Amino acid sequence: MSQSPTHAQRSDVFLLDAERTTWHDETLWFVRQKRDKAVYATPEFQELRQLASDIKDHTLSQLAEYLEQFEAAALANGVRVHWAADADEHNAIVLGIVRAAGASRVVKSKSMLTEECHLNPHLLANGVEVIDSDLGERIIQLRGEAPSHVVLPAIHLKKEDVGETFWQHLGTEKGLTDPQQLTEAARQHLREKFLAAEVAISGVNFAVAETGSVVVCTNEGNADLAIGLARVHIACMGMEKLLPRLSDLAVFTRLLTRSATGQPITTYTSHFTRPAPGKEMHVVIVNNGRSQQLGRPDFRASLKCIRCGACMNTCPVYRRSGGHSYDFTIPGPIGAILSPNIDMRQHVSLPFASTLCGSCTDVCPVKIDIHTQLYKWRQVLGAEGMLPASKKYSMKLLSRVLARPGLFKAGGVAARLGLRLVPHALSHAPGYNPWAIARELPAPPKQSFREWYAHQSSVSAK
Amino acid sequence: MKVALFVPCYVDQFYPQVAIASLQLLEKLGVRAVFPAQQTCCGQPMANSGCEQDAKPVYHHFVETFQDYDYVVGPAGSCVYHVRKHFDIIDQTPAVQHVRTATVELFDFITSILGVTELPGRFPHQVGLHLSCHGQRGLHQANESEMTPVRDGQLRRLLAGLEGLTLTELDRNDECCGFGGTFCVSEAGISARMGQDRVADHLRHGTQVLTGGDMSCLMHLEGLVRRRQLPLQVRHAAEIFNQAFA
Repeated sequence: MSQSPTHAQRSDVFLLDAERTTWHDETLWFVRQKRDKAVYATPEFQELRQLASDIKDHTLSQLAEYLEQFEAAALANGVRVHWAADADEHNAIVLGIVRAAGASRVVKSKSMLTEECHLNPHLLANGVEVIDSDLGERIIQLRGEAPSHVVLPAIHLKKEDVGETFWQHLGTEKGLTDPQQLTEAARQHLREKFLAAEVAISGVNFAVAETGSVVVCTNEGNADLAIGLARVHIACMGMEKLLPRLSDLAVFTRLLTRSATGQPITTYTSHFTRPAPGKEMHVVIVNNGRSQQLGRPDFRASLKCIRCGACMNTCPVYRRSGGHSYDFTIPGPIGAILSPNIDMRQHVSLPFASTLCGSCTDVCPVKIDIHTQLYKWRQVLGAEGMLPASKKYSMKLLSRVLARPGLFKAGGVAARLGLRLVPHALSHAPGYNPWAIARELPAPPKQSFREWYAHQSSVSAK
Repeated sequence: MKVALFVPCYVDQFYPQVAIASLQLLEKLGVRAVFPAQQTCCGQPMANSGCEQDAKPVYHHFVETFQDYDYVVGPAGSCVYHVRKHFDIIDQTPAVQHVRTATVELFDFITSILGVTELPGRFPHQVGLHLSCHGQRGLHQANESEMTPVRDGQLRRLLAGLEGLTLTELDRNDECCGFGGTFCVSEAGISARMGQDRVADHLRHGTQVLTGGDMSCLMHLEGLVRRRQLPLQVRHAAEIFNQAFA
């Protein structure tokens, strides 16, 4: 059985470029600070969080009913509703709609769901040109990479990288790094694609059961332009995106961008309820493992996620390891609790890619207990026998020692003595001791506390 | 009031001076704490590694050791948090429930239980406080920057009360140092990088003595400081107060 690289192994690659790591960390910390300013300036923010959490808990507890209500309302609005059990079904449905429309050119606005389903390769393999219209998404599409963040998909790239990419693919001048000129080049390039597209695919930030409408939030207006121009709109949504009523929506639009970027609201918050005259609107509702997660009591709250990315921006591990180190569509702390649901073995290292500092839980606008779930996944993975043998057996041994005071005392004496006697080069050999790659071991004292204490008591007893 | 001193396994073996300082500090405050010699560890290393089942015998041993005390006081927020939060997987007998609520972090005990809000003494140095995540976000001993810009907390207030002491203002008040238990070994690269960044924040703002309420974070940071021979002393807050409170 081949083992996929662990998060630590992938991180080590990212860490090799220390300057880029610093830049990545500082850039995302800047976003976290913007989030803080917006949150501090909203006195009722903690109440909003609680309200959002309660609405999501309630919706998930009656998800089937709300999905049916949504479908009925959407159908009544003239929207065609499709159900996909998994990624393959989703891709087949989308391709079917594109083909039925006789189309070969598609523009897509940002959607983590279509990334999750690997829609682009499927469409391309079937002769459909698909262009990502979000600027960050387009950059990484040209580079053949996956997004490294849910809100800032190209945050791992510097403007020099973008200049290089545009020079290679869009014919801009070599060495161009001016953001305004690069953006203008992308604008001109994308405009042609917008005008030529016959089908527009969008993600869905929120779907409202009461009205049967979907809500798409973008800062670039790319979804609106694409949907406005194309004859067919396909909105792809995970089945957890539902909210019961239109009046619930305001709670989430207030939380989403404050948490994501520190903005009070996205530049465009667009509601799509029915197709324009002569046009088609489709909604594809995707399960792809979500009902399985819903059935795991310890992890169901992860489905409350609204994909703001706040947990990534605050995570000290994510900031220094980059999104690609997670090797999953949704990276960072939330990705680390969603991914084992899909494949425990492949993603076994992700719940361990955390210090459990809890900052992710404290920034989460819908109060997902992220770090508690990370801790719980570790136990599930341990119970499933998926931990490396070295860890499994060392922990069993440690348990025996720590449950027996005599053994613990003797072990401590031996460890301290060993550390004093063994040459530094050996006790700190990086090949054997990962602690010592960057750190000195504690200097071993002659006496443990318990030895000191026993001596004190015997002296005072005399 | 029967008080037991809970000395985390690695403190017992590698930082006895922290346990001695805790004991002496409590004595100066009129609390005579005893050290039950059969104690070992809270079981966190196994549990954080995904081997909670292996930790159960250690949990039971912990409860047996400490069940007869009114308070179990430890100079380590992380271990205390573990007892309070994660001993939920064993049978919740009255003894288990008692030990979970009676186990208290040293400075929580001093401020919340003893009601001491100021400690006497002089410590004329610039001190940088490392807020440990489990004490701060787990035990709520300080404000979280995720919630409020107000920088306050038990330890910060106590330190600020010492004569001659200047507190360092950091760029990142409460970012994790990267220790994280077995994380420091299984993700050694990221762990080291996080710690180096924390230390750099302190050095940049003039910290001479780096302190905190949790020796595990400090052990990691001290290891990084000594490797690079940086001009920084690392000491547990109990040591500072015990020295200042002459």
